[in-house]
Amino acid sequence: MTSLPIDQLIDPRRGLISREIFVSPEFHQQELERVFSRAWLFVGHESQIPKPGDYFVSRMGDESVILCRDADGKVHVFLNSCRHRGMKVCRYEQGNTSLFVCPYHSWSYTTDGKLQGVPMYRALYDGTLDRSQWSLIETPKLEIYKSTVWASWDKDAPDLMTYLGDAVDHLDQVLDCRDGRPGGSEVIGMHKWIFPSNWKFAAENFLGDTYHNPSHRSVDMIGIGPSAQRGQRRDNEYAKGQHVWVGFPQGHGMHSVHMPKQFDYQPGYAQYPEVEEYFRQAFYERQRRLGDKARLLPFTGNLFPNTSWHGRQPRALCVWHPHSTTETEAWRFFLVDADAPAAVKDVLRRFYMRYSGPAGMTEQDDMENWLYATQASKGTIARRYPLNYQMSMGAYKVDDPIPGMVSTQITDQTPRNYYRVYARYMKGDAWDSLLGRDLQPIQRAAE
Amino acid sequence: MKRSLAYFELKQEIEEFLCHEADLLDGRKFRDWLDLLADDLVYFMPIRRNVKFGEHEELENTRQGEGISWFDEDKWTVTKRVEQILTGVHYAEEPLSRVTHMISNVRLLDVKPSVEDPHEVTVGCRFLVYQSRVEYENYTFIGRRTDILRRHGEAWLIARRELILEQNVLLAKNLSILF
Repeated sequence: MTSLPIDQLIDPRRGLISREIFVSPEFHQQELERVFSRAWLFVGHESQIPKPGDYFVSRMGDESVILCRDADGKVHVFLNSCRHRGMKVCRYEQGNTSLFVCPYHSWSYTTDGKLQGVPMYRALYDGTLDRSQWSLIETPKLEIYKSTVWASWDKDAPDLMTYLGDAVDHLDQVLDCRDGRPGGSEVIGMHKWIFPSNWKFAAENFLGDTYHNPSHRSVDMIGIGPSAQRGQRRDNEYAKGQHVWVGFPQGHGMHSVHMPKQFDYQPGYAQYPEVEEYFRQAFYERQRRLGDKARLLPFTGNLFPNTSWHGRQPRALCVWHPHSTTETEAWRFFLVDADAPAAVKDVLRRFYMRYSGPAGMTEQDDMENWLYATQASKGTIARRYPLNYQMSMGAYKVDDPIPGMVSTQITDQTPRNYYRVYARYMKGDAWDSLLGRDLQPIQRAAE
Repeated sequence: MKRSLAYFELKQEIEEFLCHEADLLDGRKFRDWLDLLADDLVYFMPIRRNVKFGEHEELENTRQGEGISWFDEDKWTVTKRVEQILTGVHYAEEPLSRVTHMISNVRLLDVKPSVEDPHEVTVGCRFLVYQSRVEYENYTFIGRRTDILRRHGEAWLIARRELILEQNVLLAKNLSILF
């Protein structure tokens, strides 16, 4: 790796980002220490752990963690590693238990993380081992928002709502019921797979890289959407809307749509009349319930650093877990309204499967792009040349018509903003800086 | 099933059909391959999970008709996959991968109504699918497969294919090839 300081590798003012941050092995460990040990990370969904004793093994950065609902119903996130010799205390993916028993020496932990069983405790440890000091390592910060569970390893991290800022308005469009009731989603299944590329290419894709649409031409040609006979890979629900690409001081970015004041339902799901009727009713109910707020509708987004979403067609949260600089483990949590009729859920899950992930006809092409963008940036000569992020420089307004740095044209402004924040994490800045509190609107406008 | 002459003749016929099918796929004759699929095809590859001893039957594999699997689809969707490859701009398969399907451990699990008059055959096998992509990418997919084949005149149609891939986290960036 070059010894260039991060500010020279990441230059949002000129729209230049060094390839080093995508390919240099040293960045992996630095990111784990400076980004993933501080930022709020998505860990799982309450629908995966509904009952006391339920657990779901998740990841934070490159480490295994256990999302667990204890016997009293309280939710925890623990590092999945025994305090004695480090063995994973749980190697199942999901289940229900009263104890996590380490396979190695049989130390056991209750569902609230406390060390309970130590074999031959009296004979071997009495007077030495204070069991209360050897609980499973727990994230100091955990919050649940509309059934999604988030955690941070930084005890000084701000609360989740401060961290999300105004980006939460967009996250709501993913998590709320289609008819506008708050929350109410459930996870109907997951993908887990490995791809050989840098995780940030994936995150960036969801920050609002609408420019890569041509790479999905094949699915638009053949039509795989819910109205496939009209072609395209999804319905055009936002025909009359103003597309917006929005960045936030905390590094989040997204592509959403701001609909006109009077906007009407755009029929979709042409192949499935029953589902069409459901979404039609949900549309009008949502307008009635939310009023002017119903004008915001989601496409894609990425919450800093590595939680992405698709908001409607399909609807899922994705997490990009770095294994190394050039290898990523991707997890996708597919969402539906928990109380949607079975026929609706069935149509949605079938659409999700043919659209998303490694078997998804749309996203296969993304993985191809990310892989070869990573591989072709590894070379000595390639690394001398920065990547170009100069699209739509300065072409955005602040808090107009919605909060954030808002562009009404396709833009690299959201990734420029993301890497500006990334650089602050990599320098070990204090939270005021990571949250962009120094950026007043006028300064933000000057980028 | 009694090991009669009719049984061995049928088994030979089925094995030849499976080899022919693999030839079509590996020879990139995707349209011809679609012709081997019944209109009511079920094409299913569950996601495998790490579960406790004793829970495998109930929980290890995702189920057809529920939640999310790698594939849980019909002929329309499989046809779309072929159409996509044939656009020439499906970049995950452009340039095309090199693929070899190997089939072994072929067994006739059920024949209806009889081996003398077979209308529907359930056949089990192991698969090893090797994919070489562009220059250096390569993936090996190994698992168990159960097919239901239906007599169609002198030929056979695949009515159901279940693919049990021996992986948990998918160790491939894509499942862009046909199984």
